[in-house]
Amino acid sequence: MFDSTIINMLLEGIRDTLYMTLASTLLGYLFGLPMGILLTVTDRDGIKPNAPVYKALDVVINMVRSVPFLILLILLIPFTRFLVGKSYGSTATIVPLVVAAAPYIARMVESSLKEVDPGVIEAARSMGASNFDIIFKVMLVEARTSLIIGATISIGTILGYSAMAGTVGGGGLGDIAVRYGYHRWQTDIMLVTVALLIILFQIFQTIGMKIASNLDKRK
Amino acid sequence: MSEIEVKHLTKTFEQKGIVVEALKDINLNIEAGDIYGIIGMSGAGKSTLVRCLNYLEKPTDGQVIIAGQDLGALSEKELRKQRSDIAMIFQHFNLLMQKNVLDNVCFPLLIQKVNKKEAKERARELLQIVGLSEKEKAYPAQLSGGQKQRVAIARALASNPKILLCDEATSALDPQTTASILDLLKQINKDLGITIVIITHQMAVIREICNRVAIIEHGVLVENGLVEDIFNHPKSQAARELILRDLPELGENVNTPELPERIQTDRKLRIVFSENSAFEPVIANMILKFNTPVNILRADTKNVGGYAKGEMILGLPDDRHLQVDIETYLKEKGLEIEEVTGDV
Repeated sequence: MFDSTIINMLLEGIRDTLYMTLASTLLGYLFGLPMGILLTVTDRDGIKPNAPVYKALDVVINMVRSVPFLILLILLIPFTRFLVGKSYGSTATIVPLVVAAAPYIARMVESSLKEVDPGVIEAARSMGASNFDIIFKVMLVEARTSLIIGATISIGTILGYSAMAGTVGGGGLGDIAVRYGYHRWQTDIMLVTVALLIILFQIFQTIGMKIASNLDKRK
Repeated sequence: MSEIEVKHLTKTFEQKGIVVEALKDINLNIEAGDIYGIIGMSGAGKSTLVRCLNYLEKPTDGQVIIAGQDLGALSEKELRKQRSDIAMIFQHFNLLMQKNVLDNVCFPLLIQKVNKKEAKERARELLQIVGLSEKEKAYPAQLSGGQKQRVAIARALASNPKILLCDEATSALDPQTTASILDLLKQINKDLGITIVIITHQMAVIREICNRVAIIEHGVLVENGLVEDIFNHPKSQAARELILRDLPELGENVNTPELPERIQTDRKLRIVFSENSAFEPVIANMILKFNTPVNILRADTKNVGGYAKGEMILGLPDDRHLQVDIETYLKEKGLEIEEVTGDV
């Protein structure tokens, strides 16, 4: 149906999409996880309430999240160029992806950690646990199922964003879909890329939920 | 020196600008080896009080002194260390749901940087004590309420505490399970010499296990002393109410709506049996003697601190002379009696 150049291009598209999605998720967690923890800890009923820190984080996260991803992508071009040296291609796309993903991930982490039973945290405190112990030995452990479900949802969202970045030359499957499907009216290639994106999404979702349910000991 | 000394303890909360006084000038002494009950209706402040004993709540005013050490004078770090001497168990057990039984019991030891192997050994010993050795690989979700509380007790004992605080530890359990958990606490108190403080709203729990009791009402300590004394001669209205609310069955609530109405039609007497008279058929003899039925509205005898203790509430016949005769008869038999009025 397709010649080998197109197949190769699609394979590279898959590779680039996986690269952007996984790298952005990883880096997103590098920033988002501490932010989520900080939000939970400094909230009014957290283990170390701190209104100024909470409010500042809250506002910054809301600001970034309220900018549509496509606009963020364009707004960040100078910053991306400064960091990566160019503003197109998959490595460059990782920069805005991380900026968009980190606050999203922070909210995911926050909501997971807030599900942890306050009674268990109190029990840990009564045993002489420090706040550090409570975060790393109680909250992150007790919330692990929910955290992994959150990561699964985040990875799906980032996959979608990475495809969106294709409109401005971001590389990957989204880029192919836009260039061939939109600019050249090659609907068949566009449909194949969409199908590939759906399959990738399904794989991430299935694996994520499987891990989460295997780790859940509450049943 | 008392194990736990509470001096002029006051705790206020501020909620939306309104200041609530949860505890007002509480003074208590709990001796080493006591099983000390703190009882009160819900909202009386007893849970706040017990959390002040390990400084999970910082008192607004006053002191908590554990074995001579004023907790208020400790730094955060010293306080955390001190807390390993003061273990706590909870109404809802508060186990780590994602960790198995053995890891739950190991948890406080790992916090205290005991190495894993030692912690596991110690945890297995403790599971033996609470009778759950064969469940070490199970997860809390697979256990019954009673078993979960046993795991929580094992976990509390892991750090060799001197004091065990129990916050409504049996309130979520059925009567049989409650009895077995109380037996376990008794055994721990006896074998390990751990001072136990029990927070409860159930007088039955106090009578079953405590030697001393304090009664808290609206944040004020209204009465405290030996369980026997308070049970036989309650001075405060709060104590009386708690005793009367108490049913023979542990863990059941008395407030059936039709009860007060039925009782109000009669003249009622509350009779307290002392150790000598609990097994004498006093009431049966009385009925034979006066040849008139009395209505037993409530009856309960119990083993309190090794003595047979009990109480009964009798609805007396309408005849005024008969009432006087019956009261005289009961007094002659050496029973404590008091009239019970109105809102039982």
